[in-house]
Amino acid sequence: MADPMKIRAKMEGDKVDVRILMAHEMETGQRKDAQGKVIPAWFIQNVTATCNGKTVLTAEWGPAVAKNPFLAFKFSGAKAGDKIVVTWTDNHGDKRSDEATIA
Amino acid sequence: MDKGRRQVLKAAGGSAVLALMAAAGLLRPGQAWAEWNKQAFDVRNSLNDAVKALGGTAAPQQSAEIAIKSPDIAENGAVVPFEVTSKIPGTQNIALLVEKNPNILAANFDIPQGTDPWINTRIKMGQTSNVFAVVKAADGKFYYASKEVKVTLGGCGG
Repeated sequence: MADPMKIRAKMEGDKVDVRILMAHEMETGQRKDAQGKVIPAWFIQNVTATCNGKTVLTAEWGPAVAKNPFLAFKFSGAKAGDKIVVTWTDNHGDKRSDEATIA
Repeated sequence: MDKGRRQVLKAAGGSAVLALMAAAGLLRPGQAWAEWNKQAFDVRNSLNDAVKALGGTAAPQQSAEIAIKSPDIAENGAVVPFEVTSKIPGTQNIALLVEKNPNILAANFDIPQGTDPWINTRIKMGQTSNVFAVVKAADGKFYYASKEVKVTLGGCGG
């Protein structure tokens, strides 16, 4: 299991400002190790964020997303105290889900 | 997760082989990766091909309604921050593409109703390149904006 995500969700007027920092290698599959062997690609492919059971963002990523990915977005229709859940799946089939309370 | 997929991955070890297999009909696009648009992420350097793989029927139109905010010169290509804002009504999708990366498509975001057409993320750039932000509007049409970002130190090789 990968390290937890850091999720910050804050009300900004009537919108929720969400910032997520995930812990992931995001290996591109282009790099070579010291022996000249290609390091296989290992990266997050799907990201889903839900709030109160409603999907507020989904993303498909390629290996070009930077290591330890950062993602920010804004949505409306939620209030302080609601929970936001973020889930990612990588190309190895690993999953990680974390939640945060909107402040 | 099915086992065949992993073996195929191990055996192939590269997207080029996978693409060949896909071409030969051994692997239908969308079969190996349930929800991940492999076809789109396999596109090499053509904006039009990438848009087609994302479901576009025509070439995307350039639009001034899309804004890309990023540094003009990125010192470290491994982490280049991008902020994309779309003022196109009914924005459903925002994709970020880097023309000179090994594969053009970097990330694709679905924007459900209620979510702002605004995305802030960090991507890798192998070298100085044009970056495209492609937006899919409610009418199914694709629009794009581009910006050149100079990279002093690439983020893909090693």
